[in-house]
Amino acid sequence: MKKLSAIIGARRTWAWPYVLFLILFVLLPLLLIFVYAFTTPTGEFTLKNFVQFFNTSEAVNTFIYSIAIALLTTIICLLLGYPAAYIMATAELKTPAVMAMLFILPMWINFLLRTLATVELFNMFSIPLGEGALLYGMCYDFLPFMIYPIYNTLQKMDRSLIEAAHDLGANGREVFAKVILPLSTPGIYSGIIMVFMPTVSTFAISELLTRNKITLFGSLIQRAFGEGGLQMWNYGAALSLIMLLIIGLTSFFGNKDEQEAQSVI
Amino acid sequence: MTKQDYIIEVNHVSKRFEDGKLVLDDVSLQVKKGEFVTILGPSGCGKTTLLRCIAGFQVATEGDILLKGEDITQTPPHKRPVNTVFQKYALFPHLNVYDNVAFGLKLKKLDKDTIMKRVKQALKTVGMSDYEFRDVDSLSGGQQQRVAIARAIVNQPEVLLLDEPLAALDLKMRKDMQLELKEMHKKLGITFIYVTHDQEEALTLSDRVVVMSEGKIQQIGTPTDIYNEPVNCFVADFIGESNILNGTMIRDKRVEFCDQEFDCVDTGFGEDAPVDVVIRPEDIYIWEQGAKNNKQEDVDPDDRVPKGNFTKWYGTVETCIFKGVHYEMSVKTENGYEFMVQDYHEFVPGTQVGMLVKPEDIQVMQKERLWNTFDGEMLEGGLVRFLDEDWPVSDSVAERFSPGDKVEVRVPFERVTLLDHEDDGVLAGDVHFILYKGDHYHLTIRTDDGDDIFVDTNDVWDDGDRCGIQIAPSSIRLAKAE
Repeated sequence: MKKLSAIIGARRTWAWPYVLFLILFVLLPLLLIFVYAFTTPTGEFTLKNFVQFFNTSEAVNTFIYSIAIALLTTIICLLLGYPAAYIMATAELKTPAVMAMLFILPMWINFLLRTLATVELFNMFSIPLGEGALLYGMCYDFLPFMIYPIYNTLQKMDRSLIEAAHDLGANGREVFAKVILPLSTPGIYSGIIMVFMPTVSTFAISELLTRNKITLFGSLIQRAFGEGGLQMWNYGAALSLIMLLIIGLTSFFGNKDEQEAQSVI
Repeated sequence: MTKQDYIIEVNHVSKRFEDGKLVLDDVSLQVKKGEFVTILGPSGCGKTTLLRCIAGFQVATEGDILLKGEDITQTPPHKRPVNTVFQKYALFPHLNVYDNVAFGLKLKKLDKDTIMKRVKQALKTVGMSDYEFRDVDSLSGGQQQRVAIARAIVNQPEVLLLDEPLAALDLKMRKDMQLELKEMHKKLGITFIYVTHDQEEALTLSDRVVVMSEGKIQQIGTPTDIYNEPVNCFVADFIGESNILNGTMIRDKRVEFCDQEFDCVDTGFGEDAPVDVVIRPEDIYIWEQGAKNNKQEDVDPDDRVPKGNFTKWYGTVETCIFKGVHYEMSVKTENGYEFMVQDYHEFVPGTQVGMLVKPEDIQVMQKERLWNTFDGEMLEGGLVRFLDEDWPVSDSVAERFSPGDKVEVRVPFERVTLLDHEDDGVLAGDVHFILYKGDHYHLTIRTDDGDDIFVDTNDVWDDGDRCGIQIAPSSIRLAKAE
């Protein structure tokens, strides 16, 4: 029999608490969602929950609208974030670290507080809340997630590659298009994933910044679980599974670069 | 020679970095078309900066750079007909070998067939024909280097700039690549400007070598010139092994060092002039002494030692190291001088040996300086201010000047005291350069303000050592500044 100290000393022993954690809080809930999605409240197998979703045009529309909003947010974040990351990584700033920190700084504050503050800001200037406010809020909240991975890849990029491109006859625009942009794709991919995934499922921002006028898919799920009572849990589980599928799909796009992207995150 | 014969002209170029550091100090250099020029120097001497100024990655603060007589000082790198092979290759990781090499040609919008033909030709030149579609990350260091060279030469540049291209390769590979580069240079007829810190590489490859130190060009010449006729101690010490000694030029063709007089071939130094003497270790003939106190009976079985009226000197072998082709002996003379000698024969430690050197192998150089010289100002109370410090001087010196007088301060090398603890000295500095002079060390101490103080000492210091500097009042001599 092994000594206790040998068991404690073995590295694999230390993994057990984490394995337990993962089983309890990741695998088990996933399994539950899966089971709930395919059963009735009484526990019989059914596809009714999915049929109900596809038959409710309001739900499907919300779903499509949510994805559109998430895509739009991602695109805006990319358009705003890439230049910011590029400037931070390449310009000869005396304090690039400080600038990077300033971008990250808002993340130190809970996003609900920030969103509430945004609402007050809009109210103060009498700007009507709605779709525009929603997009603004989403971009404001998720922009750092786009900047950071791109900044990271750009900063790690070998400066001599840019010089080599110049040396071979490329002007500034060509250097960017042929060297910098292709080499920063891993950062772009992970930025997209990090912005798109959470924006698809967000609901608090939409509720606060549109005064519940616009319903996103996340809100739909939240309502199914929160307001629908136990009867609606199965439906909510089915909606969650559909969303999970969409998010899962996005993380596979860009297949080859995905691994690199993961390493950047 | 008309101006047109030069492909690159660097005229009085200086480069000061933003932090105020002067990396290039009035550098001038002309390169002929088709020449293989190597810029050689220790790290931090400015050689890479000079190359980068020619490539266009850095703009000279002063002076100008001409290419075929045309001023390109301000021209951006992509508009210069020069290409660079980078030290760490800088191959594009997202492109395969073919696309890396084709990068420059595609930018020139050449048609596909021409590009393919030229890329294949370039890859053939560097011996990488079968690797076209390989990922650059899957190549070894040597192969990546070849691709980097192909990527540069495929553009048929006027000048190929190479920034320590072989530094990352192992020794065997480096030797092979050296030969290949030399071949390539012959075949392509392109002008090569090559930067390296490896003196052997420089001597092997180049038509001409430019030796740099501290942002200045020390010497330009053919490898044989540089090796046989170094202009100063730095070059002599940096290129190959050498014995450097203090000497005195008694008159033309007669020099004294190691307390003995020798015939030499140098003239024009004047009489009784202090000089530096350089003797290469392989130029010293060495033989075993047959019997003590009878220096006539030397053991020279192979009859290797030249006969004639040469000055001989004697010593005891202290160490003997086998170096592959030859043995390297350290021989100490009775009067305390140490000589490094290389010979095909082994002389075991303890052997009494005789040595001689032919007059033409004695290289005599003007001394760059005879003592430390600083600009100073006389203060009240027998103090003189120089190097931003106040130093007491002896009364007899002080009374010759009145406060406010501008003076020239002279301190002999051997009168500067180095202290282990920097706080004990008036000034602190780092050992910047060490030169062994046979019986003592000649150190260059760089103070924190960037001033150089030269010190002769018998103590052993290491490069970069921190030390305190003290000068006794009696050692400070003053002269009226002109």
